[in-house]
Amino acid sequence: MTLTTTAVLVPLLPFLGAVAGLFLGRRAPGFVRPLAVLPTLAAAALTVVVAVGQGGGTATDVATRLTPTGSIPIDLALHVDGFAALMAVLVGVVATCVQLYSTAYLREDPRYASYAALVSLFTSAMLLVVYTGDLMVLLVGWEVMGICSYFLVGHYWETETARAASLKAFLVTKLGDVPFLFGIFALAADAGTFRITGILGSVANRGLDHPTLIALLLLAGVAGKSAQFPLHTWLPDAMAGPTPVSALIHAATMVAAGIYVVARLLPVFAASAAALIVMAVMAAITMVGSGLAALAQDDIKRVLAYSTVGQLGYMLGALAVGDRGAAVFHLLTHGAFKALLFLGAGVIIHAAGTNSLAAMSRMTGLARRIPDAYWTVTVALLALAAIPPFAGFFSKEAVLGAAEHAATGGAHGIPGAAGWTVLVSGLLTALLTAAYATRLWLLVFKGSGVEAPDHGRQPLVMNAVLWVLFVPTLALGLTAPFLPDWFDGRSLAPALTTSVLGTGIAVAGGLVTYAAWRHTTALAARTPIGAVIADPDAPPGLAEETAIATHAPVYGSVAAAPDPADPGRLLLGPLQPHAAVGFHLDAVYTALFVRPVRAAATLVRFLDREVVDTYVRGAGAAPRWLGAAVRRAQTGNVQTYLGALLAGSLVLAVAAVLIATGTGA
Amino acid sequence: MHLAYPAVLAVLLFCTGLYGVLARRNAILVLMSVELMLNAVNLNLVAFDVWLRDTLHAGQALTLFTITVAAAEIGIGLAIVLLVYRNRGSSDIDRLRDLAERPDGADAEATNRQPDTEAEATA
Repeated sequence: MTLTTTAVLVPLLPFLGAVAGLFLGRRAPGFVRPLAVLPTLAAAALTVVVAVGQGGGTATDVATRLTPTGSIPIDLALHVDGFAALMAVLVGVVATCVQLYSTAYLREDPRYASYAALVSLFTSAMLLVVYTGDLMVLLVGWEVMGICSYFLVGHYWETETARAASLKAFLVTKLGDVPFLFGIFALAADAGTFRITGILGSVANRGLDHPTLIALLLLAGVAGKSAQFPLHTWLPDAMAGPTPVSALIHAATMVAAGIYVVARLLPVFAASAAALIVMAVMAAITMVGSGLAALAQDDIKRVLAYSTVGQLGYMLGALAVGDRGAAVFHLLTHGAFKALLFLGAGVIIHAAGTNSLAAMSRMTGLARRIPDAYWTVTVALLALAAIPPFAGFFSKEAVLGAAEHAATGGAHGIPGAAGWTVLVSGLLTALLTAAYATRLWLLVFKGSGVEAPDHGRQPLVMNAVLWVLFVPTLALGLTAPFLPDWFDGRSLAPALTTSVLGTGIAVAGGLVTYAAWRHTTALAARTPIGAVIADPDAPPGLAEETAIATHAPVYGSVAAAPDPADPGRLLLGPLQPHAAVGFHLDAVYTALFVRPVRAAATLVRFLDREVVDTYVRGAGAAPRWLGAAVRRAQTGNVQTYLGALLAGSLVLAVAAVLIATGTGA
Repeated sequence: MHLAYPAVLAVLLFCTGLYGVLARRNAILVLMSVELMLNAVNLNLVAFDVWLRDTLHAGQALTLFTITVAAAEIGIGLAIVLLVYRNRGSSDIDRLRDLAERPDGADAEATNRQPDTEAEATA
């Protein structure tokens, strides 16, 4: 098999698996699991084959034209370079892990068949986005992911939270997708082609006519998909979906698509200094804001969701300073350790029977119940906090190093302001990241109080997947010396200044949180907080669904809990209530969009009911009154009728005679 | 004989019949008035047939048809009048108003009540 055939098969296999799974799901339940796991596994193996075949050499670029369009042609193009090959490996591995994990996690779920098919379809769309060399084809994958995300977030549609979250995810990402579509059209109109290689070629040769406009339009779509400020609000709410979905879609792949597209089209963005500044500011606001918000969340998955938003901010920051190697490197390591964190969170939620950190901090011995999750999640949190020698350290240092390089004016064509913005906010975020990672770890594993409920051993496959993802979390950073061959050739090795500074800040953040926790943990015993613990024998999916559905009624909010023993409360001080609700961005959206739309709907309802319907009712009433008048003539007396008939005939006869003789007219 | 005599006689007969149909209350008298009108027409048919000297005598032939039809009509009509009289105890035309429209909204109830009023009338 040539490299091209293999690469074509990669998105095709999960797609066929999804189609087969959807059709056979009801009729042959025995085939659902193999159909879910095997095509994804095969695709993952093929991505490795493609990556080995590509080997960081020159990009493979082939295309076939289906039909002429009359203007700018649309090609089924394949573009496999180092970025695409490695991204595809990440997608394939994470998707396989998620499919395996789901077989145990949702083992008794009645909708498992459609769920698994949608995950396969999603994987296929993401792989299409990664491998395609044509923006229109990329858009197809992009939108398929959007709709799959909608269905999967709404998997527990019996709960109100999940329904609202799926709608919100869909609408907010669509809000970004519309400008994205216009951006693609504008870009293709300027460059004369939808092919990415063609676009990059024309950018390099003669530049674009409207670089800033195009970059900002594309950036809106990226902000929607990659959950960047101000369109990030859907991601924390999307945690109402099942945990494997959060791991696959909202950590490792879909949100990565936005970053990946910017990385592919980076010269287009780099053509406009204004766009780079906007990107840097957006990334900075996202990073710092999400770090503060993560510190105030009570739902373990919402903490991770905000941390995803923040890490994506790092990647966008790296792109804003023109280093796509660092961005994609962080994307790869983040994909590995964030998938591990989410899948570990699924195990923790099942074991604790609740998703509330406040409730977990009042349980003893949760770490003993789930030793596999304890060790892997601990290492993943260290990687998240960028502690050496774990994967996150190397990639985050690469980002900070690139920012420092740009800030000191070492990068050609990159505004120094963008470099400084990313560097300062990146260092501040390193502090916050370490703080919320430490808080999460302390609250989950170092709780004190009653013994944690015994749910027995976690399913073997779930633990096995955690250890599979543990390997890249531990060791992916060590590949830093080899990766530049696959990317642009710029060194990704950590620089001394930023490494010491970043690690020092992270350790400081961890220590401060630990001190705050020591200070507040005594309060925990005095303020008991109960939890709705799911039935110990319930399958993990059901336990999580119960936890999601009961969080708001029990603690008064989906995001926060009134827990005085929370170290985040002490650290954030007066900011805490605002951070818990994401700095009121949802309230702003409500005032800006929801209320005007509701008011407009009320107006339309009024116009329809009171104005249009009045005419309709009037049109009915007039004939009714006429009818009532005519009915009075129906007396029932035959002789009256005959008299009227005679009189009428006479009148007609006279009239006919007069007209015939011509005297009347 | 001049055509005016039978024509005037026919007009008089027809008008008498018309008046009877429109004004009499008794059904039998109404039927008799209808007969008068029919015969006025017959008279005209015969008179014009002669005046036009029609070789086929279509007017006279048509008169025979009319007489036949009138005989059948009066037979059925009298039978109906007889049945109405037996049911209602009266054959006054202006009291047979079952098909009258009631005022607004009373339609459904009126049709439902119909059998009751009839029953009362028979009693």
